[in-house]
Amino acid sequence: MTKSVLCSARGLIWFAASLCALMVGTSRSVEAQGLGLADLRHMMDWGNASLILFDQLEYAPTTDDRPISLDAIAWYGGARNRLWLRAEGEQLTATEGGEGEIQLSYGRLITPFFDALAGVRVDQTWGEKSATRAHLALGLAGLAPGRFEFSPSVFLSQDGDLSGRVEAEYQVLITQQLIAAPEVGVDVALQDVPEWGVGSGIGEAEAGLRLRYEFRREFAPYLGYSWSRRFGETARLAREHGESVTEGALVAGIRIWR
Amino acid sequence: MEKDILLDQIDRVLSSRVSRRGFVQTAGALTALAGIESILPGYARPQTGSSAARPYALEPRMEGGTAVYDLDIAEHRIPIAGRSATAVTINGTVPGPLLHLYEGQDALLRVSNQLHEDTSIHWHGLILPPEMDGVPGVSFPGILPGQTFEYRIPLRQHGTYWYHSHSGLQEQVGHYGPLIIKPEGGYPYQFDREYTIVLSDWTFEDPYQVLQNLKKQGNYYNRQRLTLIDFFRQVGRIGLGPAFRDRLMWDQMRMDPTDVMDITGATYTYLMNGLAPAENWTGLFQPGERVLLHFINSGAASYFDVRIPGLPMTVVQVSGQYVQPVETDEFRIASAETYDVIIEPQDRPYTVFGESMDRSGYARGTLTPREGLTAPVPSLRKRPLLTMADMGMDHGVMGEGGSMSMDHGSMSMPAAPAAAAGVHDMMAMTPAVTQAAGTAPHDMSAMAAGAQTGDTAKYAIAGIVRTQGLRPPGTLPGMLEHEPDIHAPENAAVPMMVQSRMSHPGMGLGTDGWRVLAYTDLRALEPRQGFRAPDRELELHLTGNMERFMWSINGVPFKDAELIRFNYGERLRLTLVNDTMMNHPMHLHGMWLELENGQGELIPRVHTVNVQPAERLSMLIDVDAPGMWAFHCHILYHMEVGMFRVVEVLRPGEESIEPGATEGHD
Repeated sequence: MTKSVLCSARGLIWFAASLCALMVGTSRSVEAQGLGLADLRHMMDWGNASLILFDQLEYAPTTDDRPISLDAIAWYGGARNRLWLRAEGEQLTATEGGEGEIQLSYGRLITPFFDALAGVRVDQTWGEKSATRAHLALGLAGLAPGRFEFSPSVFLSQDGDLSGRVEAEYQVLITQQLIAAPEVGVDVALQDVPEWGVGSGIGEAEAGLRLRYEFRREFAPYLGYSWSRRFGETARLAREHGESVTEGALVAGIRIWR
Repeated sequence: MEKDILLDQIDRVLSSRVSRRGFVQTAGALTALAGIESILPGYARPQTGSSAARPYALEPRMEGGTAVYDLDIAEHRIPIAGRSATAVTINGTVPGPLLHLYEGQDALLRVSNQLHEDTSIHWHGLILPPEMDGVPGVSFPGILPGQTFEYRIPLRQHGTYWYHSHSGLQEQVGHYGPLIIKPEGGYPYQFDREYTIVLSDWTFEDPYQVLQNLKKQGNYYNRQRLTLIDFFRQVGRIGLGPAFRDRLMWDQMRMDPTDVMDITGATYTYLMNGLAPAENWTGLFQPGERVLLHFINSGAASYFDVRIPGLPMTVVQVSGQYVQPVETDEFRIASAETYDVIIEPQDRPYTVFGESMDRSGYARGTLTPREGLTAPVPSLRKRPLLTMADMGMDHGVMGEGGSMSMDHGSMSMPAAPAAAAGVHDMMAMTPAVTQAAGTAPHDMSAMAAGAQTGDTAKYAIAGIVRTQGLRPPGTLPGMLEHEPDIHAPENAAVPMMVQSRMSHPGMGLGTDGWRVLAYTDLRALEPRQGFRAPDRELELHLTGNMERFMWSINGVPFKDAELIRFNYGERLRLTLVNDTMMNHPMHLHGMWLELENGQGELIPRVHTVNVQPAERLSMLIDVDAPGMWAFHCHILYHMEVGMFRVVEVLRPGEESIEPGATEGHD
């Protein structure tokens, strides 16, 4: 628990630091003596930028748990080197329970379309059972041939458990503003970690299709359908806890960024 | 002979009306009138009903043979496109005043900075002492708030030029204006009336916000991406298989065929002499007159395709340099280029149409014999798509086999299997699509010329210096394969083959059934004096990664780049290869670029050259200007993030400002 608090605090500090840096980055200071070549090199540069994207912020009203879920990415930095923050989680509205994970990484552009990411991920559950664990995280994030967003990651938990995740998303423009975004994600694990409901092998696969309307680039409400299925030992553990193995849900949400 | 023409003109001018600002200084009474008007900021001046007074002509004050201008750079709220906007103005207007100077004069331009930040003026296209060039950090420290800088420029050239800020993104917010230097010996052509037409782009967003948006999402302003609806249309046209393969091919490369401009009509209002299309800049003429139009593209990030429907245009000057008159119906003007054309309008109104290259908007004005008349405004054409040619993938077989039909149009279906046989598999992937998407044809004459004159190199290599086996001067470069190094990650991908595309007017042009100007049409009026072969060739590659909005040269942004060394006194061939899929208008300060377009010693001179995607072109430079000079892409935002270099021209024995390794120094 302390760990999770610590991590959240770190996340907040990082977030605040990023915002400050963003403000500094966008206000230019000019030296009173005018410019030399070195100053010009410094100014005429990509500089820094930041992004905060709530890719999915949605509600699934038709399921038993009625979760509100979040999938967000933020980065701050230059063209090549960036600090990344990724967050995922859900809060059940039918009960008090929920779970979330937050990942803070350093990312470096290693090919024209891919960043390599290295950092830490902290998982947290709350409600009936509360638990925390941390991982080292390594991954890639970028645009794969085929023009779909692709991010494979591997995680090494504090207990030495190795797991992995692959996510992919594609954007289909129906019109300039009406966009369908199919996505898939697969979790795999090398060991059984029953306390986290994880069995070795392919644990869970998710697929979703969300149809959004971009009133602005930065503001797009959507409707979609999200489906997930657990496999093998993971499925057995879910059944044991009275959870469903296959879930499908209509979702309504909003995609916003700045 | 030329004197006669001049006298003739002056005669005509004196008997004409006030609107002919160009020559009013010869008539005292009119000078006074012009003087009073020009001290008022533009928005304060009486509206005469005609907007022909834009841009406002400003005559210099003569002080002991020196032409003196006082220019105030200040922030003002002015109306643009009917809305109130905060602009950086020059003497209160956008564009700034039209400066009239004479060849042979010495000019003193006093520029006062009334902003809260540094500013500068760069005199685009003028050959001048390096400390007068106006690039902060390169030529001088810049003009600090409250300061006045005196530019002293001996004018030893004539023609149509312009001036603009070289500080930050000020050029986007109005800091630009036209500059015309009258020739000493009179014009080699006759005209009765002249208008200056400054094309530009305006955004009501903060340009730094525009840049931030692009950094977050490279296609932020592209509202013409391919949709599912486009896909179904394509299926209808060429069938499911080819349409699918085409889409797949672009997706495989992670490129977008609609990625024509970074910043588009989605945020831009395109201006003609500071007026939006609805405000309709209007110029009057009398039927039967020959009218000279000075077109200047002061757009920060825009290309315009200019035409006057129903009226052929005779191009007489490019980049301020005379060319042999060439008649055309349309020309593309890249950012920072200038074109002078002569028209002979009939007794009816005409629309002057400057369509953005991506067809997301247009600048528009009217030329009319009588106040109040307008002509139909053409509808925007379909936005062009990038093609295989823009990736250097449509002509591999030419170089290898040479057995193919020289009729490029027939190159699509039947030729493709042959192409697939060994050379380029990408080509086989989308044989039908290449055609369907409206392939930009390459000109065979260009290739033939390249083949004849023979670049001995096999690969296009960034940063390479060649001193041996250089082809004759004035010829078009041959087709080369790109080196294996793709300059990643700063650069996303490279063309397979690079070659001259100068005979093609550019993407989306040439298929409308009318004439469009191409660089190969340009011939200097006179054979170039001292035209000779290059001593040395330096090859630079234009590189970028649209996903990240990274732009660079040789895969290195300015911040990390070394100086480029030119040797004083040498005849240099500068070869540019565009590795990106966007057009880049490249501008060298301080020295002329002689554009090797296959016209031999009738080689045209330019200050800015547009380099098309996958193009390899070359220029000859007489390196005669010691000092530090900027060399950069004139798309303001590309320059700002790193598509910029400093060229250092050292006399023998002089010490470099940054000793050590330099690019392009053997």
